[in-house]
Amino acid sequence: MCITCGCNGDGHHLHGQEPHTHHHEHTARDGRVITLEQDILQKNQLLAERNRGFFEARGITALNLVSSPGSGKTTLLERTLADLHPDTPCFVIEGDQQTSCDADRIRATGVPVVQINTGKGCHLDAEMVNASVKHLKPTQDALLFIENVGNLVCPAMFDLGESARVIIISVTEGDDKPLKYPDMFHSADICLINKIDLLPYVNFHVDKMIEYARQVSHIDTFIQVSATTGQGMDEWYSWLKEKAGAAVSLE
Amino acid sequence: MHELSIAMSIVDIAREAVEKAGAREVSHIELEIGQLAGIELRALDFAWSEAVRNSVLAHATKAIHHIPGEARCMECETVFSIQALHQLCPACSGPFTEVIHGKELRVHALTVH
Ligand SMILES: Nc1nc2c(ncn2[C@@H]2O[C@H](COP(=O)(O)OP(=O)(O)O)[C@@H](O)[C@H]2O)c(=O)[nH]1
Ligand SMILES: [Mg+2]
Ligand SMILES: [Zn+2]
Repeated sequence: MCITCGCNGDGHHLHGQEPHTHHHEHTARDGRVITLEQDILQKNQLLAERNRGFFEARGITALNLVSSPGSGKTTLLERTLADLHPDTPCFVIEGDQQTSCDADRIRATGVPVVQINTGKGCHLDAEMVNASVKHLKPTQDALLFIENVGNLVCPAMFDLGESARVIIISVTEGDDKPLKYPDMFHSADICLINKIDLLPYVNFHVDKMIEYARQVSHIDTFIQVSATTGQGMDEWYSWLKEKAGAAVSLE
Repeated sequence: MHELSIAMSIVDIAREAVEKAGAREVSHIELEIGQLAGIELRALDFAWSEAVRNSVLAHATKAIHHIPGEARCMECETVFSIQALHQLCPACSGPFTEVIHGKELRVHALTVH
């Protein structure tokens, strides 16, 4: 077999675009082995660190919001922005295309927003955030919310350069989510348990969910909220303000 | 399916290596993928053919070295093998563990021409 192209050496095939016949040697000796040991995510990681440096220098707190589709990321954002902006300047990068109107919903709150066109993409990456930030131009000491694609698998491995990763789970989803998506929980810093207003109607045990989450992650802050009734939101805002206070730029 | 972007990142890495070596293409590539790296091998295979088309990897064979999961207990320092992130320490049942192997996602080596 041709080790260059995997053909059977019958002489009729393409290498690249140019047809040729086989005169070259088919031995393992042609070819040079290069040892790389290169991290496949290195490029994303480097860019994420650049984003992180940019945010830190300006005292910007960047939050990467991850959840399953429909857990309430956009609703939670709408309420948060309505309550905090403009006293605390907020900016949004909208990366969820499940519903095309997410960016419009954010824009209606008066907060600057950039929509990332992820196409069929299942996660945001550091490069997309980098490009969006250049358009959005978040100001000093701002809160930058990044709504990731609704997906608890793929976004787990892509660092965006965020200051914290916020995982949102809703009580309509089942309390064993942490065991089903351990990687996502493992990479998160805080967990919001949303739609808590629906708790009486569903079979969801908050304690059990938290126990599972502790088994797969280092999350130490769990906040029960309802983005629609506003329950528990103050605790979320306190957490945000503490985070933002710690990030204030050195002017 | 993040495996497609993983496959595309591998193509980028291979292209850079080929350019640097003044070569034309890659005939063989060896990957190291940890069992806890969050990669589904079937999905990677599926994405692969799409990602390598018309690239330096178009004719490359690929070999994958699987790296088993290994963790260290943060309480008692016992090192043990893990298949999933939520496993407790077999010695002290402690839940706090640090993954020391199994998260790898690397291009180990390439054969270029
Ligand atoms: N009852 C209830 N419904 C909610 C809550 N938060 C969001 N929803 C609803 O859940 C659905 C999905 O919300 P959305 O914010 O679009 O989720 P996303 O896909 O994560 O952005 C919408 O119909 C919301 O009205 C909540 O706290 N309680
Ligand atoms: Mg949304
Ligand atoms: Zn132990």
